[in-house]
Amino acid sequence: MKMTRLAAAIALASSALLASTASAETFRWSSAGDGLTLDPHAQNEGPTHNMNHQIFDTLVYRDQEMRLTPRLATEWYVTDDPTVWEFKLRQGVKYHNGNPFNADDVVFSIMRAKHENADMKGLLTSVVEATKVDDYTVRLRTDGPNPLLPNNLTNLFMMDKEWAEEHNVTVPQNYSTGEETFAVRNANGTGPFRVVHREPDIRTELVRNDEYWGIGHYPMEISRIIYTPIASTATRAAALLSGEIDFLLDPPVQDLERLNNAPGLTVRSGPENRTIFLGMQQSWPELKTSDVKGANPFADVRVREAMNIAINRDAINRVVMRGQSVSAGMIAPPFVDGYDAALDEVPAVDVNRAKALLAEAGYPDGFSVTLHCTNDRYINDEAICQAVTGMLGQIGVRVRLDARTRSIHFAELPRGELDFYLLGWGVPPLDSHYVFHYLYETKTDVGGAWNATGYSNPHIDALIQGLTSETDLEKRSGMMSEIWNEVHEQVVYLPLHHQMLNWAMKDNIDFPVQSENTPYFKYLKYKK
Amino acid sequence: MIAFIIRRLLQSVLVMLAVALVAFGLFRFIGDPINNMVGQEATMIEREQLREQLGLNDPIFIQYFRFVGNAARGEFGISYRMARPVADIIAERLPATLELAIISGTAALVFGIGLGVYTALRRDGWLSHFIMSSSLIGVSLPTFLIGILLIYLFSVYLQILPAFGRGEVVQLGWWSTGLLTSSGLKSLIMPAITLGLYQLTLIMRLVRAEMLEVLRTDYIKFARARGLSNRAIHFSHALKNTLLPVITIAGLQIGSIVAFAIITETVFQWPGVGLLFITAIQFVDIPIMSAYLVLISLIFVVINLVVDLLYFAVDPRLRVKRSGKGH
Repeated sequence: MKMTRLAAAIALASSALLASTASAETFRWSSAGDGLTLDPHAQNEGPTHNMNHQIFDTLVYRDQEMRLTPRLATEWYVTDDPTVWEFKLRQGVKYHNGNPFNADDVVFSIMRAKHENADMKGLLTSVVEATKVDDYTVRLRTDGPNPLLPNNLTNLFMMDKEWAEEHNVTVPQNYSTGEETFAVRNANGTGPFRVVHREPDIRTELVRNDEYWGIGHYPMEISRIIYTPIASTATRAAALLSGEIDFLLDPPVQDLERLNNAPGLTVRSGPENRTIFLGMQQSWPELKTSDVKGANPFADVRVREAMNIAINRDAINRVVMRGQSVSAGMIAPPFVDGYDAALDEVPAVDVNRAKALLAEAGYPDGFSVTLHCTNDRYINDEAICQAVTGMLGQIGVRVRLDARTRSIHFAELPRGELDFYLLGWGVPPLDSHYVFHYLYETKTDVGGAWNATGYSNPHIDALIQGLTSETDLEKRSGMMSEIWNEVHEQVVYLPLHHQMLNWAMKDNIDFPVQSENTPYFKYLKYKK
Repeated sequence: MIAFIIRRLLQSVLVMLAVALVAFGLFRFIGDPINNMVGQEATMIEREQLREQLGLNDPIFIQYFRFVGNAARGEFGISYRMARPVADIIAERLPATLELAIISGTAALVFGIGLGVYTALRRDGWLSHFIMSSSLIGVSLPTFLIGILLIYLFSVYLQILPAFGRGEVVQLGWWSTGLLTSSGLKSLIMPAITLGLYQLTLIMRLVRAEMLEVLRTDYIKFARARGLSNRAIHFSHALKNTLLPVITIAGLQIGSIVAFAIITETVFQWPGVGLLFITAIQFVDIPIMSAYLVLISLIFVVINLVVDLLYFAVDPRLRVKRSGKGH
């Protein structure tokens, strides 16, 4: 009798314990490619960040609605000195190994990410110095006023200084050493999940961090995450259809309808932070691949405009993209600061006017040119280029299509070796300056890294450089608007569409698409 | 005999050097790894620095000699993509590929010979006709299509076999095996069929043709005249004499099973060296690609050597000839 009472008491106590801890849900998901490393500063790449966002925290991040949101920083503001930002840190946060999180870790992480081996340094070029004010206050000094600094910190993860010193990983890995550092497959973050198993490219297993500071703020319903990359698109879709995985980050476009109609599955869509467009080399005296000699047809704005109105974006949307795109008139999706709905209007297709413009520019019989495209980077990239080839053919622009792998395309493109090319661009800081700086500024060692058009306008350059330090928001948006209108009028690029994002999942999962394509699994909820 | 083996081994080193040379000649057509290694914010100067650091600006033959020199010391460098030593990665992945290749190769050999003998002996049975015509599928359908068909049938509709991966594995020292768990065995079925089906049908048709040929020869007739049992005639006389060409083909096919595993591994996300190689090509991970190609050429060379040695064992005439020439 006594024994049974004891047993009953134990049963009662353990059921109470079960009720108090959150649900135990194992969550299996897949995508085409695994993250490259758990070292949070070594690589600046989507899948790597996606994995590290589950394990580490950043100071600030973009929430499900793309708002800049507190994470390890609770407040941030520019001090009286306009070149100094101050961040107030969250208190009582612990790393997975129990170490407390404080200002030393922030200073350490910022400086580590600025190290020459760190790919994340590209986002911190303006930061001159990071200093600790007290245990929970940090100041970042920039080389001039930088109103956008927090926007560049959304993928900057906070690493534990003591842990890094203990394991000799105070700097990210250098490829020439030939050795693996401890941080490549081990991690100690403050994030909602901690790593229990990591086999790169095969299987990664995370479990819920029950000490997470965000418990109570976020649903945190998943107790265990099992990630398996699946490279083949057909197999990826089959794995979801067969119920072996719960969530697919990148379902194949051709299978979306099928997945959405399959019992027990659903596809959620939303706009992605990426615009697909065509660039034309406009500054050379003569194109490399054209039959026009002694002149560059793309140098004439009438030719560019003719091509702009010859491309039927809605047909591409309907036929090539199966509705999974939003036709575009500018290279910035709607949630980017500086977006202008009037400029994003799709130009009306007018083949006759396009032919007239070409004739006016001196090319009544058109001209030939080679279009260089990727075939493994963007959604249906090669098919988009095929469609464009046909459409431009209607106005006499004879396009030869050269579709190739991204490793070749992206090696040639920034060197400025192409006449006519496809490119896609995302805007992680959600500010137009990022687009201007990389795509419209004159190509130099510091600016215009991806401007392969040869477009160069000193007035625009001055405005772009002015944007970095302009702190008056109204004046700033006036400058952005001036730049957008000018480059729109000059038809520097031919924007095609904004990509759409699709996440496929079991239909008992409530998890809306995040436009940066970063799934924050702490937000994921199960329908009861 | 010893001299023969030594000479073959020396030849194999030459083959591997040549393969590496051709590989380095081709790598520049695959593209530039730099863009895959840095974010889009990296400046041209930073890209150039990394390229310099990795030695990608050096002429091809310098890169080649650097690779050969390091490889001779057992160093294959560090993967551009995974930031880990290439030798470690390949050692982790090799058991998966070899297990798959051995299982599907053995199955192809056993079922191929068995079915080949059966269809030769029962030429006009309905079962033989059925086997012969369905073997056309194995010969004519491409591997990836067979794999996808199997996945849709057994994973999506019947939901009895896993669509991807290797299941649970058990670590035996450095070797990881999926043969000791039920999920591992289940995961092996479809990839093994996909990989081995072509070989199976090939061996089966070869054995059948050879067998029919042999059964028509005089010594079989004499054997029958001597009153030997059918069993003795078919298995110890006829089958033995059909095996020589089968060994040649099977040997060559084992090499291609390892090499063709690339496609099967991609379809089933089988975590072997073939899948590793495909990912490496997409990323232009030169250290992985070069080490893989050298490894595959080594495997081919070794298999060819083993096949040549097997000839000696199976065909007594060879032994006589070789020793007669006295070398």
